[in-house]
Amino acid sequence: MVAHADTRVVHRGGSKINFRAPVITQDSRFLICVSGECIKVFSTSTEECIHHLQGHKELVTGLVLNPSNHLQVFSCSEDGTIRLWDFTDGILIRVTLLHLKTPSTLHSVPGHCKKFGLVSLNLPPSVEQHVMVKGHTIVFQSVSTDPKCIAFGQGVRMHALTHSLTHSLTHSHTVFGFALGTSGEMAARNAFTCVACHPKDDCIATGHGDGKIRLWRNFNQEKEYTFSTVHWHHSGVNALCFTPEGTNLLSGGLESVLVQWRYGQEGQKDFLPRLGSSIKEIVVSPDGSLFCTSHTDNKITVIKNCTKVSAVIQGLVHGDGVKTALMVDPRTKALVLNGKPGHLQFYSLQRDQQLYNLDIVQQEYINQSNLDQFEVVKAALDSRGSWLATVEQRSAKEVEISLKLWAFDEHTQSFVLNTTISAPHDGPISEICFSPSSQNSTTLVSVSLDGHFKAWQLTQPDPSDGKQSDEEASWSCDFVGDYHSLEPKCCCFSADGSLLAVSFKEVVTVWSPASWDLLTTLSQPPGAIQDLCFGRLSCSKYLLGATDKNLCCWNLLTCSLEWSTALDVSLLLADPLSENVACPFLFVFRPSEPRPHFSQQALCTGRVTRAVFAPRDEPLDGCEESSQWLNRSQLYFLTHNMELLTFLTKPEEERLMALSKQVAVLKKHKQEFLHTSCLLFISLFISQFALTLSAIMTLVLSILT
Amino acid sequence: MGEFKVHRVRFFDYMPSAISAMAFNVHTERLAVARADGTVEIYNFADNCFQEKVIPGKDGRTVEALCWAGQRLFSTGLNGEIVEYDLENLRSKYTVEAYGGPVWTISSNSQGTQLAVGCEDGTVKIFELVEDSIQFQSNFDRLKSRVLSLSWHPSGTQIAAGTMDMIRVFNVTTGHATQRMMVDRAAGANKKKEVAVWSVVFLSDNTVISGDSAGKVQVWDSQMGTLIRTHLVTKWDVMALAVSRDESSLLAGTSEGSVVQFQFISARLDQPDKEWQRTRTLRSHSHDVRALVHTDTAAVSGGNDAHLVVRPFMEKVVKGSKESAPCKITFPHRSLVSCGKKAGILLFQFPERLEVWRLGETHCVYACSLQGDDHICCSTLSPCGGWLAYASASSVRLFQLQYDNDSIALTKVKLPKVLRWANQLCFSADSSRLFASFSQSSVLVFALSKSEAKYVHTLKPKSGETTAVHLMSTSDDGQWLATANSDCEVHVYNLKKLKYHCTVPVYGSCPSAMAIHPTGSNVVMVHADQKYSLEQKEYTEWSRSLAKKGLHGSWLNRVAPVTHVSFSASNPDYIILHDMNMFCIIDKSLPLPEKDSDLCNQNQLRSMNEAARVKDSHAFKICEMFKNLLCVGLMEDHSLVVVERPLLDIATRLPAPVRQKKFAT
Repeated sequence: MVAHADTRVVHRGGSKINFRAPVITQDSRFLICVSGECIKVFSTSTEECIHHLQGHKELVTGLVLNPSNHLQVFSCSEDGTIRLWDFTDGILIRVTLLHLKTPSTLHSVPGHCKKFGLVSLNLPPSVEQHVMVKGHTIVFQSVSTDPKCIAFGQGVRMHALTHSLTHSLTHSHTVFGFALGTSGEMAARNAFTCVACHPKDDCIATGHGDGKIRLWRNFNQEKEYTFSTVHWHHSGVNALCFTPEGTNLLSGGLESVLVQWRYGQEGQKDFLPRLGSSIKEIVVSPDGSLFCTSHTDNKITVIKNCTKVSAVIQGLVHGDGVKTALMVDPRTKALVLNGKPGHLQFYSLQRDQQLYNLDIVQQEYINQSNLDQFEVVKAALDSRGSWLATVEQRSAKEVEISLKLWAFDEHTQSFVLNTTISAPHDGPISEICFSPSSQNSTTLVSVSLDGHFKAWQLTQPDPSDGKQSDEEASWSCDFVGDYHSLEPKCCCFSADGSLLAVSFKEVVTVWSPASWDLLTTLSQPPGAIQDLCFGRLSCSKYLLGATDKNLCCWNLLTCSLEWSTALDVSLLLADPLSENVACPFLFVFRPSEPRPHFSQQALCTGRVTRAVFAPRDEPLDGCEESSQWLNRSQLYFLTHNMELLTFLTKPEEERLMALSKQVAVLKKHKQEFLHTSCLLFISLFISQFALTLSAIMTLVLSILT
Repeated sequence: MGEFKVHRVRFFDYMPSAISAMAFNVHTERLAVARADGTVEIYNFADNCFQEKVIPGKDGRTVEALCWAGQRLFSTGLNGEIVEYDLENLRSKYTVEAYGGPVWTISSNSQGTQLAVGCEDGTVKIFELVEDSIQFQSNFDRLKSRVLSLSWHPSGTQIAAGTMDMIRVFNVTTGHATQRMMVDRAAGANKKKEVAVWSVVFLSDNTVISGDSAGKVQVWDSQMGTLIRTHLVTKWDVMALAVSRDESSLLAGTSEGSVVQFQFISARLDQPDKEWQRTRTLRSHSHDVRALVHTDTAAVSGGNDAHLVVRPFMEKVVKGSKESAPCKITFPHRSLVSCGKKAGILLFQFPERLEVWRLGETHCVYACSLQGDDHICCSTLSPCGGWLAYASASSVRLFQLQYDNDSIALTKVKLPKVLRWANQLCFSADSSRLFASFSQSSVLVFALSKSEAKYVHTLKPKSGETTAVHLMSTSDDGQWLATANSDCEVHVYNLKKLKYHCTVPVYGSCPSAMAIHPTGSNVVMVHADQKYSLEQKEYTEWSRSLAKKGLHGSWLNRVAPVTHVSFSASNPDYIILHDMNMFCIIDKSLPLPEKDSDLCNQNQLRSMNEAARVKDSHAFKICEMFKNLLCVGLMEDHSLVVVERPLLDIATRLPAPVRQKKFAT
C-alpha cells in the first residue's frame, strides 16, 4: 500500500469559478476567473472561454490585475507561488516563489488552521522567470479567510475588516477598531459580512448579517466616527462594490437581486431582480460599463449598462448535495447530476462547460428555508443514452414520489418526457437501474424500501385497437418481486443483462430478467449489503458485494464465495471499459484477485460519497503499472463539500506542461520588463500552534506610493 | 413579604398630551417642554431628566413655540399672545399681545436681549427685554405669507425667516430683507401645494439649513442666496431641526416619527472641506416629531405620540454610564392618583376634570369638571375619603363627600379668601386639617370641621426666597409635616406647635417622593438620581449604612424616578415605593444587596430551597409584574391598589401614523 507519487488528485473540470471574485480587464473585453488549479479567460461578449492559464499545482486562491501593466494578471495559489500571466496570449511570464510555508502539509490540514494574516511583499524587479521572495511584513496578524472581508482604499490608506465584529483601519499603521453592539438579540445578526471602500471619498461600506449596509465616515478617530444605515436586504449582505467613480454602491445577497444605491442619496435605489440565485460577489469593470455578479450556483453573470444581463457563464452547479449518483451520458460523454433545485445538469468535462439543464420537477422553486419541495433523488441512463429515468420525492408529511421516464429526441437533441408514474412504490425508492441489453426491449428496475422491487417495460400500443400512431409507446409495470418481505437496498444488472442481482438486507438474490425466476441466493453475514457490482469483461462471472464490514466476491459459476476481505466500503464502481473496480477511499482492483493494484489513502478530507468512471476520448498509453488503470477511463469523485476531483497521471501532466512551455518559449520575446516595485498584499494563514506561515489564501494588490 | 390582594386598576384613561414645542437652556441645563393642552414642563437634565416643575395650561392657550432668554421663559401661541412664565410660583407672569394674528414662532438672540416673533400676517416683530416685562421695538419688512420659523445668526445681526415657499434673511438693524431663497415644491401631484418651511437654522458660518413640508433638508449659503445641497429625508414633512452647540451635528425630525442626524464632516480625511452628510436615523416615535433639542450628549425629541425621548449619542458618553441609557418619559413625575385609604376610593386627576372611583365597582362614581379656563394643577383626597380638594392657577376648591349607597354627593365647602391658589394640597392623616402650599414655600393650615374650613396658621421656612413646593407629606400621628421644593430643600414643621422644626441637609438632587414613617418619625426621601435618605434631624442608622455601602448598580441605572413612597401598616420595617416600571418593597431588617448580586432576584428566590432563600434574600424586593404604573397604594385593609395605564391603550387612542413600517421599503 504505497502512496503513488506519479498520480495526483486535482481539480479538473467542473471546478468552482465562483470561488473568488472574477476580474474584468481594463478594456472590459475579458473576464478572468479562477477555476480550480487553472485560470480561465472568458470573453465578456460571447461567453467563450479563450484561454486556460495552467501552471499552478494547487487551488488558485486569488487574482488581481497588474496595476503597472493592464495586460497582465497576478495569481496566487495554495502551492505557494505567485504567477504573472499575459492573459491575451495565455502565457506565463514569471513565477514568484514565496518562502512562507511547508508545502507538504498544505493539502491535508486546511480545516485546522484558523489564523490568517495579511502580509505585504516586495516583489523584486527581475527578468528571471523564477524568482524567490523571502522577506515579508505582516500588516495584520489575524484576518478573515474570505477576501470579501478585506478592502483597500485609495492612496496610502487601507481598510480591513477582521473579525466578525471588529472593523479596523490602518492609516500609516494605526489601527482603529469599531464594534457594533455586542449584546442582546441584535448582536447575533449584525455581524460584518463584507466591506468595500469608496474610491474617492473616505467612506467605508460594510454589509451585515441582518441585511443592513452601514456607511462609515470620519473614521480617523476612536470615538467621533459616525455611520449611516440603509436597509433593503432581508437576509445577510453577501457582496458590496462601489462603481469606479464612486457614484453608486452595488449590493447583493440571497435575494438574487442586484441593488444599486446612489451614493449620497441612499434613499434612491434601483433593482435588477431575478438573477437566478444568491449573489456571492460583485465586480465592476474599470470603466464602469460592465457589472459582474458571481452566484452560489457557480455562475457568473455579466450585466451591461446596469440593466441588462448580457452574458451568463455557467460552471458545474454545486448544489446543496448530490442526491443522484454521478452518471456519464453515453451520447455526449457529459456528466449528469443534480444541478439547480429540481433540475438535472449535463456537464461536459472535456470542454468544462455546462451543456444543458433539464427541468425534471417542472415546478417553481421557492427560495426559502424549511420548505419541503420536490427534489430529484434518483436518476439513471440506459446504456445507449436514449432513455432517462428520474425519481423525484418530497417528504413533507407523507412521502410523495413520482417516477418519470424521458426519451431522447433526436430532432431536438434533448430529453422529452414520455411517462410519468406517480406513486410507483409505497416507500422511498433506494435505487433504479436500466438493463444494459442492447435490444429494443429495455427494462428498468426500481427498488424501494416498501419491500418490493418492480420491473418496468416499454410497451408499444396495441395496433389492433384501431387507434394507431398517435399513441406513443409508454412504460408500464412488468413484474413485482420480493424476498421474505425484507427491505431491498440495491440492484445491479450483469454486463450482458442476463442477470439481475437485488440485495435484501444480508441476502443477495439473483434473478433472470427474461423469466423473472429467482435463480439463487447468496449471503455472507454479518452486515447488510451496501452496494452490488458485477465484474466486467473477463471478470463477468464475479459479483461483488460491499457490506459495512466486508467486501465479498462471489463466483457466479460456482455460486460460492471466492474471496472476502474486511473493509469498510460503501460504494463500488466498475469501469465500463476495463475489468477494474474501484471503491473509494481508494482501492482499485480486479475482481479476479483480492489484491488492489492501486491504493491511495488520504484522497481528500472527508468521505467520498459519489464517484464515476468517465471514459476517455482516446486511451492513454501510460506504461507505469500503478497508473494503468486510468488509461481507459478517468475517475471523478465528489467530496462531501461538493468539490469535483480527479486523478492526473504524470505523463498527462507533463504533456500539459510541455504544451504551455512551448507557447512561452515561442513568445518570450514579447515579454515586457516588469515595473520596479509593487507591493503585494497577501493574506496567508498562520498555523495556530506554531505560528509557522503555511499557505497563501488570497491576493490583493495595491501600489503604495 | 407575604401576599397581597391586588386591585389591578386599568380604567384611568389618562391621555398624555402631544408635545408641541421644546426649548433647552444650556446654562442651567433645563429643558422646557410645551404640550398641546398648554402645559409647560421643566425638566432638569443635570438631575436625571427629572420633571422639576409643571405649569398647568389653560383653555384656549396653545403653545406653538418656546424660548429661553437667559433665565426667563417665553412662549407664543396661535392666540397671538406672548407669555412669560413665573418659574418660582409656576404660573404665567404676564401676557403681551403681539398684534400680528396668530404667532407661529419665537426666538431670542444669543445675548438674551431681544425676542423675535413671527406672525400670521407676515411680519417679524422684535421685542426688547426689560426688567419684568418686554417692550415692542420694531417691525421688519412685511412678507406676503405667514412666518413659520425664525433663527438668529449667533452674532445677532441677521435673522433667517422661513415662510411659505421661501426663506428670507433680514438685517436686524435696518429691518430690511437682504436675501430671498426660494424653496422647491414637491414633485408630482403635490406640485401645486405650497411648501411650508417649518424650521430654519442659521449657523455662524452664514449657512442656513431649512426643513420643509416637502420632506427636504436643504443647506443654503445665505450670503449668496444659493442652494448648496438638498437631502430628501422623507416623503412627508420635516417638522423640526436642531443643531448642536458646536454646529457639527444637526437633527431633523420628520412626520413619520424618525429623527435623522446630519454631521458636518469632510469627505476626505486629509482635507479641510466639510459638508453635511446624512448619518444616523433614530426611530423613537410612532407619530410626528414636532420638537427637537440637540444637547451636547443626546438627541431629545417629542411629538404627537406624547413621549419625550432622550437618545444619547454613544460617542459622546461613556459606555455603561448613567447618561448612556436611552430614556423615554411618558407619564408625569408626580402622582395623578390619590387614594382614600380607609374608604377604598380613588381620585383621578385630568387637566380639566376629576373622577372618583370606588374600588370594586366598574363605573366612575363621580366626575366633576372644572369651571374656568385654568387647568387643574393638583388634587387630593383625604385618607378617610370624606374630603376632596383641588387647585388651579386661579382657584382652590374644597368639597365634602357624602356616600349614598353607590353614588357620591359633593358639597362645596367655602375656603377663606386668603387662599387664592395653591401649588400642592394635602390632608392630615385624621382628615382634620388641610395644608396648602402657597407662594415661596409657605404652607397654609386650615382646620376642617363639619362644613367649614377655618384658616389656622401660615408655616414659613427659615430660609428666605424659595421656590414652589412639589411634595408634601404628613405623619400619621399628626405631629409632623414635611415639604420639598424644586431647590432640593426639605423642610419639616411641627404641627403641634405650628412651627418650623428643621431643614434636612440639602442633597444635590431633587426629591421625587417623600413620606414620614408612621411610628418612628423618620422621613424617607427618594431622590431623582435614585439615591435615598432618611432622617429626623439626623440621618438614621440605616441611611448611614446605606450611604456608606452605596446603592446597587442596577438600582442606580434605572431610568424612571420613584414617584411614590408609603409604609406598611403591619410591619414598620417595610417601605413600599414604585416607579413607572416596577414596585419595590424595602425590608430594612434584611441586609443590603451586595454589589455583584442580582437586584431583581424574586423569581430566582422562589425556585430556591428555604436555606438558600434566606441566604440570598436582600432588602430590595422588586416586583416587575406590573408595567406602566401610575400609582401603587396600600389600602387600610392590606390590599394593594395598582393603577396601570398600558402604553398600547394610549397608542390606540392616537390618530393613525402617516407611515407604517412595511417590508422592503
